[in-house]
Order: sequence, then structure tokens, then C-alpha cells
Amino acid sequence: MSLMNFTAVELGKKIKAKEITAVEAANAALDAIRMREQQVHSFVTVDEKKALDRAEQVQKGIEDGTYTGPLAGVPVAIKDNMCTKGMLTTCSSKILGNFVPEYTAEAVLNLERAGAVILGKTNMDEFAMGSTTETSAYGVTKNPWNTEHVPGGSSGGSCAAVAAEECFYALGSDTGGSIRQPSSFCGVTGIKPTYGTVSRYGLIAYGSSLDQIGPIAKDVTDCAAVLEAIASYDSKDSTSVKRDAYDFTAALVDDVKGMKIGIPRDYFGEGLDSEVKEAVLSAAKELENKGAIVEEFDLSLVEYAIPAYYVIACAEASSNLARFDGVKYGYRTQDYQGLHNMYKKTRSEGFGAEVKRRIMLGSFVLSSGYYDAYYLKALRTKALIKQAFDKAFEKYDLILGPAAPTSAPRIGESLSDPIKMYLGDIYTISVNLAGLPGISVPCGTDSNGLPIGMQLIGDCFEEKKLIRAAYAYEQTRGYRHCPIAEWR
Amino acid sequence: MKQFETVIGLEVHVELATKTKIFCSCSTEFGGAPNSHTCPVCTGMPGSLPVLNKQVVEYAIAVGLATNCSITQNCKFDRKNYFYPDNPQNYQISQLYLPICRDGKIEIETEEGVKAVGIHEIHMEEDAGKLVHDEWGENSLVDFNRSGVPLIEIVSEPDMRSADEVIAYLEKLRLIIQYLGASDCKLQEGSMRADVNLSVREAGSSEFGTRTEMKNLNSFKAIRRAIEGERERQIDLIEAGKPVIQETRRWDDAKEYSYAMRSKEDAQDYRYFPEPDLVPVQISDEWLEQIRKRQPELRTEKLERYKKEFNIPEYDAGIITSNKKLADFFETTTAICSNPKKVSNWLMVETMRLLKEHDLDLEQIPFSPENLAKLIQLTDDGAINSTVAKEVFEKVFESDIDPEQYVEEHGLKTVSDDGALREVIEKVIAQNPQSVADYKSGKKKAIGFLVGQTMKAMQGKADPGSVNKILTELLQ
Repeated sequence: MSLMNFTAVELGKKIKAKEITAVEAANAALDAIRMREQQVHSFVTVDEKKALDRAEQVQKGIEDGTYTGPLAGVPVAIKDNMCTKGMLTTCSSKILGNFVPEYTAEAVLNLERAGAVILGKTNMDEFAMGSTTETSAYGVTKNPWNTEHVPGGSSGGSCAAVAAEECFYALGSDTGGSIRQPSSFCGVTGIKPTYGTVSRYGLIAYGSSLDQIGPIAKDVTDCAAVLEAIASYDSKDSTSVKRDAYDFTAALVDDVKGMKIGIPRDYFGEGLDSEVKEAVLSAAKELENKGAIVEEFDLSLVEYAIPAYYVIACAEASSNLARFDGVKYGYRTQDYQGLHNMYKKTRSEGFGAEVKRRIMLGSFVLSSGYYDAYYLKALRTKALIKQAFDKAFEKYDLILGPAAPTSAPRIGESLSDPIKMYLGDIYTISVNLAGLPGISVPCGTDSNGLPIGMQLIGDCFEEKKLIRAAYAYEQTRGYRHCPIAEWR
Repeated sequence: MKQFETVIGLEVHVELATKTKIFCSCSTEFGGAPNSHTCPVCTGMPGSLPVLNKQVVEYAIAVGLATNCSITQNCKFDRKNYFYPDNPQNYQISQLYLPICRDGKIEIETEEGVKAVGIHEIHMEEDAGKLVHDEWGENSLVDFNRSGVPLIEIVSEPDMRSADEVIAYLEKLRLIIQYLGASDCKLQEGSMRADVNLSVREAGSSEFGTRTEMKNLNSFKAIRRAIEGERERQIDLIEAGKPVIQETRRWDDAKEYSYAMRSKEDAQDYRYFPEPDLVPVQISDEWLEQIRKRQPELRTEKLERYKKEFNIPEYDAGIITSNKKLADFFETTTAICSNPKKVSNWLMVETMRLLKEHDLDLEQIPFSPENLAKLIQLTDDGAINSTVAKEVFEKVFESDIDPEQYVEEHGLKTVSDDGALREVIEKVIAQNPQSVADYKSGKKKAIGFLVGQTMKAMQGKADPGSVNKILTELLQ
């Protein structure tokens, strides 16, 4: 048993009990990173000195009573699209290859207030556009369960780092499934909170109306503790919501008796891998055995979620990414004649293919003459999808389904067929369109030994129901360490 | 010879007088060192988010109410996408689909009479930064101090027909906004900027001609010249059988000529869409009512009140209310000395004259209402005569001195001791037998000379009325 096998909350307790120091924990994580990065490549940036200095400072803070929370002294990895003052923040793009922010994202500040020790920044699909972490300008992250496979995306680096036990937990961001899908591929747990729960201030935007930061960890307990730390009302984010309560850990109760869980038939049709189907349905059975009322129903409109999502997210992205122009920060092309040539060359050289594809798509759907036919229609579709969920939540506490149609594909398989990659988001995307919370919990492995995840979806602000059901399910199975993390 | 009618609509940008920017808490103060009033939000740093300044909404509503607009109680912001280095995000947060005010009108008055000019809409938006071109090197630099300064754009209907009407409209608009305290509206300094949309058509035609948009108009004079120049240019084209091209033109006031900046064909597609980082602005009935109640007295109402309350002529009231600061100055002074007619006279004659001499505008009256009131009090009490008063006023204007103290220190007080005055007059009569004889023989004008001599002997410190009275009495 290595120190790295602990969950974040377990480690926090040991640090509090003075059995382990924050510096020892940071050193253990840095050792693990040194040992596994060659194989996994979860990180874009690791700052050993900063991490150790910070660990020392936090250790003092714990001793003098500054830091008392469950995560004090626990090392964390941050997805590279969240601004960290004085630490490179690249969004895994060449265009931000030299970008060092002047300020720290609010969610990360909240973690720092809880005594977190930041190890570094994790790899991702460039600007969070992708489902495999293969679109990163800084190399592919590999799935720790089988390094020939992708970890999923876009928070692939964060999920791989947690699974490979290079850190105790991580922050990810989820615009269309970017926390839940890679969590499912890497056998870890991830929550996408209700839109507005975690401040977006300092999160480099992809699709502003869909983006949400959330926790990725080994188990539900860790995720609840991290969510409790990062969620806050932030007056710097106009879309931030003041919630009645933030005590997510209060929902860590092994009891689902009487809870009504709906299984949408639409999620179990064509395109779903049979092994995934079997694993998810047997997880549902476990919940039923514990007293939940589980039944099938028709959600409807599922097939419209993907086109609506790609129109809205790309439209917003085409505008959000306009600021990367070589004028103020980031990459600027070497040789150019005049302003427009500089813009053109900088952006042509600085962005990767998938980002360019989405900027073009987004620019197109916002163009005069196409705005009504695409963008407005997508907004109407989004409203209808929300209505379909509202109807379902009149009847059910939670909706249960797979997080992704398959387990992790092989590296290289997805990039050749972007449409197929987009279709992989089918079960996660509508949750973002409706602003709902969702969780992905490991529920098995397929015949290749690759993890499978179950997704639970709740109504707005019902994270506690998600956490309660996921926690109850987890008790039947426990956390399975990734083989790579058990070698030592 | 064909008759042509000019059709003009205006787009007026007004910089609002908020202390902080529209989407962040940086200062809007003018003239700081480059990029000293900036933060991650107004420099478009990755991950930064806008938060709407409530005061901007209140000013926009106030202007909308004062221009008879209907207020959009559920309004939204949109992004206008275009690349330019003064625009740090490469989009401007503005309003297209649901602007805050719509369908208003204001009344203007010209020699032709009174008419209404429609207001199509008023929307809120952010200003851009400023490009500074390095004259020695190859580089251009950006100063983001102005980036995010709040603006409203007031779009009129194409209801104006002449430069006179345009000037009257702009002056009316400026007065309304100044009275509301929403902006100082200075054309020269750019806190008010007007773009002129102009077309011509044959008199009697009901269809509009092709319009052009004229930019870079920094004074009323430039606006007038540009309108006249553009009208002639378009008529010349039409009469030569050439088409007017829909385009944006830049006015060069020094050359009195405009040149084309861009035509409709290369007009950009701004790809407007709702700003996802801001929630819709909900303006409740209560909020609207609060703003309505807080609306200050505007010029038209003030003018009427001055005529009634202070009994001053329409002409005077018109001039004094033509500037909010001047009207405030008038009221403060009148409240102290209770002599509105004299206050108005001092402001309209001597103050205006000296302002002009010193090349100052009405906003820059260099003395306090208290000292003008004291001066008026001194004349009312007969303590100084009008000649001395003018002399003292120049001192008040120059260095805002206390007139009471000044008169005291310089011994300028009128000699009110009748006995002393009588003695001097008796001497003057004795020394000027010719004038006395002239007067007595019926040349009544001769008394003027004797008054003058008396004033000279008194070193100006006598009340001419009293001198006249005693002289007449003694010459009986």
C-alpha cells in the first residue's frame, strides 16, 4: 500500500492526525508523477518547487489552525483551462503556449482557501474541444488502464492523473460531458454541477452558457468534499447562483429507499455497446435491491441534443476564442505584413484542426442569413430539451444511464471520424443544455479490462440526490485501483 | 431646376458619467497613464467575465424617460464580433435584439417652428481602447483606459431635413442629458459623438434616396459644414446621372471634404448573438418608478418656472437655463441675495463678457455664488455704485475675492454722509459758475458736468442718485 492509494479525504484525515505531513504527501505525489508521466502524460505543467513550498506553508497553516478543512494539505491537479496566477495556463493550445495569468480562477482560489496544494496543470483537448485528449498541442494523454487507449476528454489529463494516482483529486470542466465521459473511461468519479454552482471566473471559456467546473476523484465522498469546497456564489460571475446550502457531504448516506429512478429507453438503443449496457443495468439493479424504485420511461428528443449542442457551443466558442489574436498575450507568428496578415497567420499557426473546425462552424451559424436557421433553432431545441427533463423530474428523483456508449477507444481511432466522436457525447450533452447536475460513477469493466461508468442525472440544484444514490451504489462495489497504480 | 430635400438621421454616442466602467470596477477617469485604469476584464484576459454596472442602466433609463421612450423591462446584451486591436476581446458587448429604450421623441425648435424628431432606440454598450501610433518606430500601441467606459447610442429616426434641425436636435439632446447628469456631452472631448446618416431626394418624393454615413464630426460647426458638403456632393452626383453609393465616409474638417471609408459591399457581418456571460436585465416596475421619481427638472420645465417664480423675462430665462451649471449658479446666488433680476443681469452681461475675454465656457465660471450675491447686496444697499461694482466684479471674477472685504480694504464705500457730500457739492457749484449759469438759463444738461465734477472730487465713492438730488436742490 502506497500513500498514493488513499482517497483525498482519507489523506486529509491522516494529515490532520499528524500521521502524514502535507510535505510528505506532496513529495509522494511528485514521485508518482515522475514515475508515471512517461507512460500516461497527464500533465502539461508540473511545478515541483511551487508545490513543495506551498505544502510547507499549508503544513504550518494546519498546525496554527489556519486550515481546518478535510482537504487541507491534500495535493491536487488542475485542468489547464483554469487560470493560475504565476503558473503557465495553456488550454493545451500552442496559441497560449507562453501564457502566465495575472490572476487565479475563483474555483481554484476556493481550493487554496481550503488548504489545497497544487501540483500542476493537466492535459486536455485543446480549449476543451474534443472527447479524447488527442487534440492537445502537447501530446496525447494515455488511459492508465491501458495506455493504447485514450483517457477520454476533454478533462482526460485530470481523470488520468486521478486514476494513475499522480494526485489525490483534480478539477475538470464539463461543457458537453468533459468530466463525466473521461471519468467513465478512467474508472474514477466526476461531478458536473448545476450551471451556476461553481464560479466560471478564471475558467477560459469554451461554451459560456454550458461550461461548468467540477470535481474528479477516486470516490463519491471525495467528490462531495471537493464540490463543497469549490462551490460558491461569486459576484464576479453574473451567471453564478446563490444557493440555499452547500453542505454536499451531508448527502453521503447509504440509503436509497423509496428513491424514484427513471431509466430512459432512449439511452439504451442503437449505438450502445452491449457490455456497457449490461454493466449499467446491473448497477441499476443494485440500487433497486437497496430499495430504490427503478423504472423505464421515454425521455424523447435525445437525437436533437448533439446538433443543438454543436451549434450553440461552437457559436459561443467562435466569439470566445476571438481574443487569441497575437496582440495582447500568447503566441504571435514570426513574420507578417500588417495587422490582418498577423491575425491570420497567428491564428492559423496557433490553433489546431479541431479548434479551427469549431470556430468555422460557429462563425457560420452566426452569420447573417443563417442565424435564424441554425442558432435560433438550436436555442429553441435547447428549451424543448429542458422541458423534456422537467417533465421527467416531475416523476423521478434521478435519471440513470450510461456516461458514454462505449469504453475508451484506441488512440487514433476517433480523430479520423469527428462525427463519430461527436456522437460519443450523446448521453452527456443534454445535461449541459438543460443546465442539470450529473455524476459518473465506475460500475464495471469490459472484457478488455477497460472501465465503464454509470451516469446519474438530477434536477437543477439536486446534487445531494446524485451524491446519495452514487454513494449508496459505491458501497456495493468499492473503489478499484487502476493496475498501473498497484504495480509499486 | 429640380428642388431637393435632405433627409437626415443621427446616431449619437454619449459617454456616461459613471465613476466606474460598464463591466468592471476600473475608474473611468480621463487622462491616466496608459493602461493604468485596467484589469483582466477590460483588457480581455482569458477567463475574465463582465458584471453589469447598475448605474449605467439607471442613466440609460433616465435618458429614455426624458426622451419619451418606452423602456424594455426585460432587455439583453449581445456580442458584436469584429477584429480590431483596440477591442481586446475582439467583440464589443452591445445591444441589438432588445435595446433598453425604444420609440421615443423630442421636440426641437428652429426658425421654421417646432417639430418632433423620433428616437428609434437607445442602447447601452462599451467603449473601445485607443491605438497610439509610435511616430518613430513601426509599432502601434494600445491604451485600454477607455476600454469598457459606458456609452449609450441614441439612434434617431430619419426625421431631420436641415443642418439647423440637426443642430437643434443635438443641442436639445445635450441639454436633456446634461440636466440628467448622465454625461457632460462635450463634442470636442468626444464624450458626445454624432454620426450623420444623410440622403437627398427630389422634393415631394416619398421614397428615400441612398444614404451615406458621415463620421468624425467633432463640433457643431463641422457637423453643419459636413451636412452642407454631403448634400451638395449627393445632388451633384444625381444631377450628373451618377449613383450615390451607400458607404461610410470620413469628414476632414480642415479640408472641408469627406472621403469614403468603406462601402456597403465590404460592410462586416458582425455575427451578433446574445451575450452568454450576462443574464438578462430585469427592470421591475418599482425600479422604473424610483428612477422616474428621481428625474430632475428638465430645461423646459425650469424655463417656465423661472419666468413665474423669479419674474424674469423669457429671453433671460432662456439663456440662463441653456446650461445646467449656469442655471444652478443662478439659483444658488438668488437664494442668497433674493434679487433674481440682478443675478440674471450679472450673469448675462458681465459674466458672459469676461468668460469670453478669458476664453472660458459656461462650465468654468471661476467665482462662487456667495461672492456674486455679496456684490449684489452691496449695490442693493447703496454701499457702492455701479461703476465701483463693475470694478469689484472684475476682481471677483479674477480671484473670487470677498467683495465686502475688498470694498472695505480699498475704501470704495459710497460716502453716505449727506453733510460731507453737501460740502463738496457746494464747493463744485462755487468753482463752476458758468455751468451753474447754463443750468439756470434752462440748459438742464449742464447738470451732468456738475455731477461728473462731484464724482471726481469724491473719487467715485458717491451715489450718483444722491449727487443729482442734492445738486438739483442746491441749484433751485
